[in-house]
Amino acid sequence: MEFLLIIISAIFVNNILLSQFLGICPFLGVSNKLSTATGMSGAVCFVITLSTVVTYLINQYLLVPCGLEFLQTIAFILVIAALVQVVEIVLKKISPSLYQALGIFLPLITTNCAVLGVAITVVTKQFTFGGTAHMLNLGEATVYALATSLGYGLSMILFAGIREHLAGNDVPKAFKGLPIALITASIMAMAFLGFSGMV
Amino acid sequence: MSKLGLITKGFIKDNPTFALVLGMCPTLATTTSAMNGMEMGLATLFVLVLSNMAISALAPIVPDKVHIPVYIVVIATFVTVLQLLMQAFVPAVYSTLGLFIPLIVVNCIVLGRAEAYANKNTVFDSALDGLGIGIGFTLSLTVIGIIREILGSGSVFGCKFIPGDGILAFVMAPGAFMVLGYLMVLFNKYLKK
Amino acid sequence: MAAQSTLRNMVLCLTCVCLVCSAILGVVYAVTLDPIAEASAKALKESIGQVLPEGGEISDAMQAEGFDYYVSTKEGETVAYAVKSTSVGFGGPLTLMVGVLADGTVFNTSVLSHSETPGLGAKCTSDEAFMSQWRGFRGQLKVKKDGGDVDAITASTITSRAYTLAVSNAVEFVKNMEGAKNE
Repeated sequence: MEFLLIIISAIFVNNILLSQFLGICPFLGVSNKLSTATGMSGAVCFVITLSTVVTYLINQYLLVPCGLEFLQTIAFILVIAALVQVVEIVLKKISPSLYQALGIFLPLITTNCAVLGVAITVVTKQFTFGGTAHMLNLGEATVYALATSLGYGLSMILFAGIREHLAGNDVPKAFKGLPIALITASIMAMAFLGFSGMV
Repeated sequence: MSKLGLITKGFIKDNPTFALVLGMCPTLATTTSAMNGMEMGLATLFVLVLSNMAISALAPIVPDKVHIPVYIVVIATFVTVLQLLMQAFVPAVYSTLGLFIPLIVVNCIVLGRAEAYANKNTVFDSALDGLGIGIGFTLSLTVIGIIREILGSGSVFGCKFIPGDGILAFVMAPGAFMVLGYLMVLFNKYLKK
Repeated sequence: MAAQSTLRNMVLCLTCVCLVCSAILGVVYAVTLDPIAEASAKALKESIGQVLPEGGEISDAMQAEGFDYYVSTKEGETVAYAVKSTSVGFGGPLTLMVGVLADGTVFNTSVLSHSETPGLGAKCTSDEAFMSQWRGFRGQLKVKKDGGDVDAITASTITSRAYTLAVSNAVEFVKNMEGAKNE
């Protein structure tokens, strides 16, 4: 039950793109085509889940016991950067087809603030799933990270679908490109507001 | 380019928000009021100037293949310094901006300026470039913040001048996208050369 | 121009940069350690001072039944308690400092931390009518919608309910403490 709450809350209610504003750059940058948006979402899903687990463990067993919590930012970004490199190399070796699909997005992910954002949120914020305020344990953190990245994928793919249609429309010159995309995102965010209060 | 030009080009011509379209996350998330937007801009300015200076000093001795990790370490160091200083001296501001202070590390503006400018120019010029871009970023965040605060809560910098509640949507997520979108339209129409 | 990318160069450069950065961070951390502790102690002290009657002697932090609390005494007599009370708001945990007099009436409240929606639930820190009703609150600790006497913030019933629950938990706790003392 609690996991279900986490999943619904992370995907719909606190959608990472439309209500927390993390990872907006790729959201606006690579959402022109449905296929690239899908590829990017897949890569983000993979990296967010993996890096959250790794940074959670590093924080729990290395930084906290040593009293070095203030190094969180610097440690996490290095872990994420290294992890992205490793994923890239491993993927190239074991699944060239998956690498073809996700590979070009991987280098971009290091500077996607959704990844660092989720990693930091999970270890610093108290959550209230299940009635009391508490820090997430490893299982909950993993589920939260996975659900958050699924939410990322959902809004990214929906948005790309809309933008593909927009491309064929005749919008005023000053609205072309990003401005109309932002206004579209605004309407989507309004739709997602409807989920608030559900969990 | 004159030294003054280095600074002022960040205001409009190379404005990080409206012309370069970088660093969208803090732009959308922290501009719920004029004050918050300005504080976020100033925090980014601090990191931008220091990291630009450090990187332009380091660039000649850093091997090409590891330059990105080195830049990230340098930027993350300054961000952590900023975090500690803010916790010590302006804890209220730190808790309002929250997550978005550590996220300056992955703000594309900072890494972007390091790559595009600081690593091939002198320390002094890089500092000016950082200052200009930082002021440009602060200006745009403050403008977005002012508009959202007027529409959303009827006040500017906390001074209320329209009675009543205002249009709540502008304080919340949809308003952020909408204000940025329409400002970008105006920018494209009147200021872009 | 950039130096050559030999293995020795790269390792050397990364190590040096990391060392220098760690040194800088270490120094800044050591310098800011005290001001950070002071700043958070000051914020806590301010919020305690706000919710307790003036002139009392305020004790150090104590703990019982999962609550952190502070006792204000005048001439050896317990006058009031400041209780740190957390409940689940709309956007996450809502933590209050609640001042309760020894007879169980609320003296005042203040918000320590919250993650409510700006413009809606976040008004629990700025809405004058909502905040002032807690000063010397008498009546049933429930929002009006649920049959009590608390005026909720417009369009933020969940936040108001959470706020009320945190206050009422604190009051219960103080009543328990006082009751245990009299037995």
